[in-house]
Amino acid sequence: MNFLGDVVAWFTTASHWQGTNGIPHRMFEHVVMSAAAVGAAIIVAVPPSLVLGHLRKFGSVAINITNAGRAIPSFAVLVLAAQIIGIGAEPAFIALFVLAIPPLVTNSYVGMADVESEIRESAQGMGMTGWQSMWRIELPMALPVVLAGVRTAAVQVVATATLAALVAWGGLGRYIIDGLAQRDFVQVFAGAFLVAVLSVLTELVLALVQRFTVSTGLTHRHKDKNEPFVGAATVVEPISVTQGEMH
Amino acid sequence: MPAPAALTHATVLAQTSEPWIRWDWVSSHTDQILTALREHVILTLIAVVVGLLISIPLALLARRWHWFEAPVLSATGILYTIPSIALLALLVPWTGLTRTTAEIALVSYTLLILIRNIVAGLAGVPADVREAAEGMGYTSTRQFGRVELPLALPVIIAGIRIAVVTTIGLVTVTAVIGQGGLGQLILDGLIRDFRTEVVVGSVLCVALATIADLTLVAIQRIAMPWTRRGRTT
Repeated sequence: MNFLGDVVAWFTTASHWQGTNGIPHRMFEHVVMSAAAVGAAIIVAVPPSLVLGHLRKFGSVAINITNAGRAIPSFAVLVLAAQIIGIGAEPAFIALFVLAIPPLVTNSYVGMADVESEIRESAQGMGMTGWQSMWRIELPMALPVVLAGVRTAAVQVVATATLAALVAWGGLGRYIIDGLAQRDFVQVFAGAFLVAVLSVLTELVLALVQRFTVSTGLTHRHKDKNEPFVGAATVVEPISVTQGEMH
Repeated sequence: MPAPAALTHATVLAQTSEPWIRWDWVSSHTDQILTALREHVILTLIAVVVGLLISIPLALLARRWHWFEAPVLSATGILYTIPSIALLALLVPWTGLTRTTAEIALVSYTLLILIRNIVAGLAGVPADVREAAEGMGYTSTRQFGRVELPLALPVIIAGIRIAVVTTIGLVTVTAVIGQGGLGQLILDGLIRDFRTEVVVGSVLCVALATIADLTLVAIQRIAMPWTRRGRTT
C-alpha cells in the first residue's frame, strides 16, 4: 500500500532521527516526563496509602478515588492545568502527576487491606510489632496489587503525555498534533505508531518487573484472569494480565 | 520586534486573569453547549451499544470454547493499551476525520471491559446453583436465561457502568479529529484561551458521567431487586 510505503519512507528519512524534533529526542522527552510524573506520584501517594491500608482507615475514600478519577477526563485535567499554570512542560507534569495518583492510592490501600486477618494475626502471634508485620508480611503480599497500580498509572500517563502536545509540550504527541494540524497523515500515523509501541512496551516492562519482584510463593494467588471489573476489584487485577488502565 | 497579534492577545488574557466562568457567554451560547452535550451522549451511546453487540457473542463463544478466551482477552487488551489519541491517529488515513473513526476507537475500548465482565459474571455463577438447575430438569438454554444470566447480571452491569463512564471521558479526546462533543468546547477554549469554555466542557463531562453512572445503578436496583443488599459498586 502506498500510504504505508510513505510511512516507511518517513521512518527512514535521516532528518527525522536528528535534532529536537527527531524521534530519539521526542521519545526521550516522553519517557522522562512520564517517569518523572509517575515517580513523583509514587513517592507522594504510595507510602501513606500503604499505612492507611495497614490500619484499614479511610477505605471508602481510597477506593472511590479511582472511580471518581475515571469520571474526570484526562484531557480536561490537562487543559485545566494549562489554564492555571500556563502552557509548556509544567502543566503537563502537574496533570500527569495528578492522573497517576488515584490508581496508586487505591491499589496500595486495597493490597494492604486485603491481606487476610489470619495472616496478620499469625504475625502478631509470632510476636511481630505492627511495623514488622507491615514491612515483612503485609507489604510483600500486597506487592502484586501495588505494582498493578503502578502499571495502570504508568500506562495512563504515557497515553496522556501524548495529549500534552496540545498544551505546547513536546513528546511523541507532537507528531500527531502537528501532523493533524498540517493534514500530514503520514506523520500522524508514524507518531501514533511510536506512541502505541511505547505504551505496549511500558506495559510489558512493568509486567516483567512485577514478575521478578513478587515472591514466587505468592504468584499462584493472582492467576485468575477473569476477575471482574467491580469498583475496587477493577484495580486489584486491573484488566487482563497484559493490561493496565487508560487514557 | 512586536510579537504576533494572536500571541500577544493570548498573553494578555493569561495575565489579566480571565475569569473562570462568564455566565453571559453561557447564556448566549446555550444552543452550542446543548448541541455539544447531545453529540457527546450520542457518541457514547453508539459506542457502548455497538460494544455490547460485539462483546456479547464474543464472550459467549469464549465461554463455550475455553481456548477462545485467552486470545480474545489478549487482543482486546492490546487495543485497550493503545492510547486513544494514537488509535484515532492510526485510523485517520483509512476512515478520515469522521465520526466513524471516533466510534471505531471508542468501541475498541469498551470491548475488553465488557467481555471480561460478561465472562467473569457467567463464570462466577456457583457450581451448585448450576447443578441444582440441572437437577430440576432445566434445559441448557432455559438454565442460561433463567438462572445463569440473572446471577451474572450485576457483574455485567458493573462492566457496562465502567464502559459508559470511561467512554464519556474518552469522547473528549476525539475532539482532536473534529468530533468530541464536549471535548470540542474544551479544545476550543484551549485554543482561544477562553476559560469559560474549558470549565463548561469539563464540568458537564463530569456531570454527564456521574448521572449516567447513577442512572445505571438505579436501573440495576429496580430490575434486580436481589442485588439491593450488600455492595454493588
